[in-house]
Amino acid sequence: MREPQEFIVFLFPSVSYVLKAEKILKEQGIVHKLIPVPRHISSDCGVCLRVAVGQQERVAGVLQGRVDWERTVFL
Amino acid sequence: MQPEAADNRLIYFDNAATSWPKPAEVIEAMTHYSGRIGGSPGRSGHRRSLDAGRILLETREALAELFGIEDSLRIAFTKNATEALNIALLGLLHPGDHVITSSMEHNSVMRPLRFLETQGIQLSVVSCSGDGRLNPEDVRASIRPQTRLLVAAHASNVTGTIHPIAELGQIARDRGILFCLDAAQTAGALPIHIEKMAIDLLAFSGHKSLFGPQGTGGLYIREEVEKRLRPLMMGGTGSRSEFERQPDFMPDKYESGTPNTVGIAGLGAGVRFVLTEGVQAIRSREEMLTEQFLDGLASLKGVVVYGPPDAASRTAVVSFTIAGVSPSEAALEFDERFRILCRPGLHCAPAAHRTIGTFSQGTVRFGFGYFNKDEEISFALEAIRSLVAGD
Repeated sequence: MREPQEFIVFLFPSVSYVLKAEKILKEQGIVHKLIPVPRHISSDCGVCLRVAVGQQERVAGVLQGRVDWERTVFL
Repeated sequence: MQPEAADNRLIYFDNAATSWPKPAEVIEAMTHYSGRIGGSPGRSGHRRSLDAGRILLETREALAELFGIEDSLRIAFTKNATEALNIALLGLLHPGDHVITSSMEHNSVMRPLRFLETQGIQLSVVSCSGDGRLNPEDVRASIRPQTRLLVAAHASNVTGTIHPIAELGQIARDRGILFCLDAAQTAGALPIHIEKMAIDLLAFSGHKSLFGPQGTGGLYIREEVEKRLRPLMMGGTGSRSEFERQPDFMPDKYESGTPNTVGIAGLGAGVRFVLTEGVQAIRSREEMLTEQFLDGLASLKGVVVYGPPDAASRTAVVSFTIAGVSPSEAALEFDERFRILCRPGLHCAPAAHRTIGTFSQGTVRFGFGYFNKDEEISFALEAIRSLVAGD
């Protein structure tokens, strides 16, 4: 059985930004998943970037200065 | 696609309008998108939509690499350089503003500017020399306190004359004026670097030297400039859908409606082809072809060549006239007798033809491309020789 894991999502202005972030995380080998923005977070119809809570600072570090995100929300 | 029979071969010298042929990978990328992806980028979140979005991103990143742009999201896709220039000119200038351009510009710059003139914007058209050269000092002398923008082509689509872009960019930057470069003729054919040339707005077409299909192009907008630049169109962007106001961030602000993803897939492959070959290698090859042609024409009496005498001062575009044969007649002869495809007339640039003294008959324009062969130039020179001789 998988360990229960806590997730955090990074929200971006639009899909172009999410995909740019995705490319950076792929280059860095950071495990991530693109998911539809959960309805309770925003009524926007886009996608967001989900990573493990423990990865939050590392992700922020590699994205900083390369692609802007709007906010992060714990799931 | 069937290869053409040897006796059915064409010589394509209309690359300054649309480049042809395209690298095989351009057509493959478009077929791949159409057959295997097909989704709407930036809309929905399903895998095909995301794959379509990744095509846009990959194309933006390739363009950013080509032009020295740090953040690829500062490039908005448009359907051609004309749309990009219209966004820049109509979106930026307000009544009371002053704008400077050159007398060698294409109508994609001239027509929006002449329209803006009727709306209370002041326009200075700096005269170029008879071979299409722009003196930066004349630009400097035209600057007024109200000057907001300098807009110029990187190279003339009529004579190929290359403007001194780095100098122009520096003059504008020193005086706090925005600099918009029309790179329709040069993106992919000459080195372009937004920092080294101090470019604030870069308009480019995808279907010429970037080897993309028609219906592709884009506009790079320097950071902060988008805050002062109204979009030409507004609508769905797939982002901020809960708001009825247009998003104010790049690139969504200028990308309303479903984009030309199939075309942008082809453009991306075209730009990667340019990056792989290298702009310098492409430039050297095109310069060699142009030099061969100019050298050949020099020995022909009855042919007048326009623009600078040396290939180094121009793109792979040569405008000429043949004594006793109008440009349109000559073009028809080239096509029907010699299967050489070119473009006669005014090339959507009446101001440029007035500058070089060929208004209103125009010229015959040969626009060479990376895929043209030395033998094609030799054959064309022979064809011109027989037209001159009245054969």
